[in-house]
Formats: sequence, structure tokens, C-alpha cells
Amino acid sequence: MHGDRTRDATYLLPGLAWLVVFFAVPLAIIFVVSLGTRDQYGGVIFDNVGIHNYLRAMEPDFIPTVINSLRYAALTTVFSIAIAYPIAYWISRYGGRRKILLLILVMLPFWTSWVIRTYAWMTILRDNGVVNGILEGLGVIDAPIALLNTDLAVVLGMTYGFLPFAILPLYVSIDRLDPALVAAARDLYASGRAAFWHVTLPLTMPGVIAAALLTFIPAMGDFVTPDLLGGAQTITVAKIIQTLFLSSKDWPFGAALGFLLIVTTIVGTVATLRILRREVIG
Amino acid sequence: MRRDRNPLLTLYSLAVYVFLFAPIAILILFSFNDSKRNFVWRGFTLRWYPELFGNEALLHALGVTLQVAVISVVATTILGTLLGLGLARLRSGAASGAADTLILLPMVTPEVVMGISLLLFFSLVFSANGSTWQIAIAHIAFSISYVAIIVRARAVSLDPRMEEAARDLGASPREAFFHVTLPLIAPAVAAGALIAFALSFDDLIITSFNAGVGSSTLPLYIYSRIRFGVTPEINAISTIIVVTTALLILISMQVSSRRTRRKVVPG
Repeated sequence: MHGDRTRDATYLLPGLAWLVVFFAVPLAIIFVVSLGTRDQYGGVIFDNVGIHNYLRAMEPDFIPTVINSLRYAALTTVFSIAIAYPIAYWISRYGGRRKILLLILVMLPFWTSWVIRTYAWMTILRDNGVVNGILEGLGVIDAPIALLNTDLAVVLGMTYGFLPFAILPLYVSIDRLDPALVAAARDLYASGRAAFWHVTLPLTMPGVIAAALLTFIPAMGDFVTPDLLGGAQTITVAKIIQTLFLSSKDWPFGAALGFLLIVTTIVGTVATLRILRREVIG
Repeated sequence: MRRDRNPLLTLYSLAVYVFLFAPIAILILFSFNDSKRNFVWRGFTLRWYPELFGNEALLHALGVTLQVAVISVVATTILGTLLGLGLARLRSGAASGAADTLILLPMVTPEVVMGISLLLFFSLVFSANGSTWQIAIAHIAFSISYVAIIVRARAVSLDPRMEEAARDLGASPREAFFHVTLPLIAPAVAAGALIAFALSFDDLIITSFNAGVGSSTLPLYIYSRIRFGVTPEINAISTIIVVTTALLILISMQVSSRRTRRKVVPG
């Protein structure tokens, strides 16, 4: 028995140690740096330790950036779930023996690099790209319409990228739902629509919440899509963090923004998991 | 049970599949287009492909990417497999809860936060400003959880009596591990290694904060090029990457399905 305990510890130790040193400690360093100040060479000094960087993040001229990020992430989440729910339902109910294959097909684009998928949308949306080319060829438009470097392009690119993360949890949730429950509602004269809103959707809510989480978090942290599909004038929190670290070198302020982002994410995740657990148990 | 078909829903679902695959198909198609600038089909050409092999910066980036991926896959697979096995044996309790949290956190942390945290860590603690090793260490940190979770899922269904039987028959703990446990979890280890490779090969955001002069990876190279516009060379590189990835997945699926079949029909 004693030998087993020691062996279990030796299994766990190397991996957990790696995560402590190269994940937990760096996260703690973000917080420490966020209390410091930038020196003239772009380094970090701790002369007047305080929350000044957090106060800066609350200033009125920074609010629009936060709202912009939340808007992109929220729109992406809503669109992803709206597009994913029907197809997840279809795979679960009508997929038959081909369910696994259909799910693998959904995940395949995920295996293609993010930057390449975003680039594909650049070639489709730009002025002399695929969409404008087809519309001009059909004589619908005379001059190219601006599609690239718009909010629409950013939300489209993110929705495309995170759609698989919405489909999978929704599929799991719908597949677990007993079709007899829906049949019972129909027998009690619920219309198809009423059965969906009062039976299917409430019972698959854990899947919807998981899908929302899995699209919202990466959407908040993604600066590649806003940069490539939104253009230089599109500013999000993640993009500002990137600039603060890689070009303008104000690490303490960037660290404060990063810390706010991770705190929001963890609070959101914990709250969501609470709701999920209550839904499942209650 | 009545299985009513819903043609509208089927049509919709097929449209979603088209939406998922069309951009990649268009990307591949235009890597063969004989035109530098426009979305106009000027005829089939292969000329963008040989040009890639003369591109020093691109080949160097590919070399860095593969170096990082190999280091990351080997380390992640070993650490993640051991972690998954250990977790499967930890039934419940405070220790298991804490370990679970530590493993799940990297998966929900926004990539940009993980990127800057490692940049600060390496810069302030080691005065390092980006290198191949720094990228590899970062990749291992965010990939371990995936391997651990996949291996644990398989390891919890293992019958502990298998290993006990081996020990009773005189096998050392090491022999029992390599001859009994490891072969039983091999498909999960292989799947984990594949995911670790894909995560490392594709990563852009975390890498961008940890790459230094001369340690630019392929995704970083592509990112820096396409910020200035669309070129057919990038279509050609992308096509090679997409096709290679698809082949790797096909092969790994083939391997794992053959394994399962052999297990179902013993002897």
C-alpha cells in the first residue's frame, strides 16, 4: 500500500511540477508586474507599487476598447450557438451509424492552423477577392464593396474558427436527451415549437452554457482575427496587450490588462460551472 | 420509433459543412492560379511551389517549427501520460481536486495571457528574450493538460488487477509498466501525442510572445507576411500544411482503428 502511494506520487510529480513552475508561477508574476511602473527603457521598476495600472484600465477613454472586445466575443458566441445547435441536433437525431464520421468532419478544419484559416477568409473577403469577384461577375455590383476590415469580417472569422467548439458540447448534450421526453410532450399536444422551447432547449441548457464558454473565452483572447480581418483601426483588449508587450513596451499596464482578463475568465468559468452543476443535479 | 426525416434540417446541415470546408478549398484552389494579384482564374500553374524551396526565411521557420514540435511532443507525451495515469489512480479528495484545477486552468486561460506570463517569467527571472527552447517550454506547458486528460479517460477504465497479476507473476514494477500498462493505454498516448504535435505546430499567439531573433516559427512567418497582403506563395505553403495535416490524421485514425480491431478479435 505504501509503495503504491509513493508510485502514484512519482507519476503525478513531474507533470504537476512543470505546471507550477511554467504556468502558475508566471501567472503570479503577471500580478506582481501589474503593480509596478514602466521605466524609460521599457523595463519594469517597483518604485511606487500600487494599483495605478488598474485605475488606468478604468479610465473613460479605455472603456470603448473593452466594450468592443465584449461585443465581438458576445456576437461570436451568439452566432456560433445559433449556427451550431441545428447541426448538432441533426447529427444526434439523424446521424445514425455515421455520427462519428460527421463529428470528425466538423473537427477537421480545427486541425488546420488558425492563421491559415484566417488567411483564407482574407482571400475571400478582400476587394479583389472571391465574394466581390462573383458579385461583379454576376453584375450585381459595379465596384467592390468593403468586406475586409469591417466588424462583420471579424465576427465572421471568429464564428468560423470557434464553431466546432460550439457543435461538440451541444451534440453531447442533445445526444444525451431522451427522445421519449419530446415524444411525451407531443402526445400531450405540445406543438413542435412548444416542445422545443419547453422541453428540448431547457434540458440541453448545460450544452448551450458549455458552448458559450468554449467560444467566449478564446474570442476574448484572440488578437489574430481582429488584426487580420478587422484591420488597423479595430482595437480590442487582446490587441492592445499584444502592442504593449511587443512594440510600445509598457509591460506593467499590459500585465494589468492581462490580469483583468484572466480574473474575468476564471470568475466567468466558475460561475458557469456552478450553474451547470445545478442544472444537472436539480 | 418513428424516424421522420427533416429535409430542411438536412439541407441546412450540409450548408454548414460547406461553410466549414469552402474557405480551405478556395485557398487550395488558388495556390494553382497563374495570377499574382486578382481573383480571376488565369490558368493552372505549379510555379508557386518550387519557389518555396528557394525561400530561405521560410525553410528556416519550418526548421524551427519542427524542432520545437519534436521537443514539445516528446516531453508533453511523457509528462502528460504519467500525469494521466497518476490522476486515474487518485480517486477523490482534496489532492485530486487541486490537481484537477491545476490541469484545467491552462485550458481555460486565454492564450494571450499565457503568452505574456511566460514572456515576463523568462525575461525577469532568466533575462531571456526568446529562443527555440523558450517556445518549446511554453508549448509543453499548454499541451500537458490535453494529453493528461486523454490518457486519464482511458486509464480509469483499466482493470488494476492486470498490473497486479503481472506483479504476482514476478514482474518488476518497471516490467509491469512497460509490458502491461503502457500497451493498454497506447492508443490514448498516441492520440495525445498527435494533439500535442498539432497544438505545437499551429500555435501562433503564445509563440509570438516567446520567439526571439532567429526563432520565428512557420505560423509566425505566415502571420508577418500576410499582414501586408495576399500572395499565392502563402496559398502554396498553406496547401502543403493542410494536406500534410490531413494525411497525418488519416494515418493516425487508421492505426488506432486497426488496434481496436485487433483487440476485439484476439489471437
